[in-house]
Amino acid sequence: MSQPSYSQLTLNGLWKNNPALVQLLGLCPLLAVTASTVNAMGLAAATLFVLVVSNTTVSLIRNVVSDTIRLPVFVMIIAAAVTITELLMQAFSYELYQILGIFLPLITTNCIILGRADAFARKNPLPAAAYDGFIMGLGFGLVLVLLGGIRELLGTGALFADMQLLFGPDAAQWRWEIFSVDYPFLVAILPPGAFLVTGCLIALKNQIDLSLQRRARSDDGIKAMGSKRVRVTGTVS
Amino acid sequence: MKWLVSVGLGGAVLALFAAITSLAIGWTYLGTQSQIELAIRRAEARQLMEIFPAGTHDNDVVDDTFALEAETALLGLRQNRRGYRVREERRVIGVILPVTARDGYSGDIRALVGVRSDGSVAGVRVVAHKETPGLGDKVDLRKSAWILDFNARSLTDPAISGWTVSKDGGAFDQFTGATVTPRAVILATRRALEYAQLNRATLFETPVNDP
Repeated sequence: MSQPSYSQLTLNGLWKNNPALVQLLGLCPLLAVTASTVNAMGLAAATLFVLVVSNTTVSLIRNVVSDTIRLPVFVMIIAAAVTITELLMQAFSYELYQILGIFLPLITTNCIILGRADAFARKNPLPAAAYDGFIMGLGFGLVLVLLGGIRELLGTGALFADMQLLFGPDAAQWRWEIFSVDYPFLVAILPPGAFLVTGCLIALKNQIDLSLQRRARSDDGIKAMGSKRVRVTGTVS
Repeated sequence: MKWLVSVGLGGAVLALFAAITSLAIGWTYLGTQSQIELAIRRAEARQLMEIFPAGTHDNDVVDDTFALEAETALLGLRQNRRGYRVREERRVIGVILPVTARDGYSGDIRALVGVRSDGSVAGVRVVAHKETPGLGDKVDLRKSAWILDFNARSLTDPAISGWTVSKDGGAFDQFTGATVTPRAVILATRRALEYAQLNRATLFETPVNDP
């Protein structure tokens, strides 16, 4: 495997191979905690942190650990990183810790983390692995926050409620009421809303990809021919 | 014998990593332990202070507790919990009782009920629930002021028959689209008041062995 460049890694993590929209990894927390922006941000930050720590550590030990025992070692590293994150969040944002509840420890089982450790970090030098962890975490986090924002807006008519849980008491004023309704679009903050909004986001991404592809083709002057195949899964680099 | 060496080596590396990761966790735990205890205490105190605001009492409510066993009659608790005493000049002027309403719309509703020594409600706060967002969650003070309706009520105001939603002929409003949730909270509050009345002597007496 050739060494991917940083711009390639960035494009991969944020768009082409986005963990949430293309690889569809880590859907359980993605769907469960995105009822509001602040919850989404909390989980996004925790996942990002764990990804960077685990990718960095795995890359550091990549020449020490033999293939046969690499998975248990990775799992230990990830579990430790998650436990440490959990303790830190408990100490510095106890209320958010209570809201995220079981989904913090469940980061351990998030396939993105073991996936990036095994598919990328163990084959690449430290800076690239750490950057990959960061950008994959960012790609996942952005989708989380976008999803949380859309659902909170549709379901409550406001954005950024309860930000003081993450950013201290001053942020309590950040709530931004965009429209007020007596009967909000309830389904958006209920679990089915998570599936609906995620589905719409994936469809939107595929649509953008498709039209980009089409434009590129017509620029080349080559007509699209034969059966169209929409790629729904990306390659794991 | 070659396999034995590789298994042994693998085991040793695994053990080494187990030790390193445990050390990292232990070190973080020791570093954050006091901060975590402080955060838990602060969250607890904030809830209690909402019911009996600072200035209405002169003891450290978070530390002034008494045990309440699970399945204590009327309180509906599922585990052993603690109640809190609120004092002024060492006299107990109120208690804060944890209650669990098991008849919510989706799962248990946990609340704290503050009862004054004259049997009136000092305040009720829902601390944990899974009610429908936008409908049943109006029992949460962050969503609506409904829960403040209980302030200064007692078992005689309204009379026992009035301790339900107005749809059932009671004195408290239900929410549009949600009756089960407020009904559960009203009943739980009433039961807490009844518990306080039945156990008046033990709850509000000032323990002798006290500082």
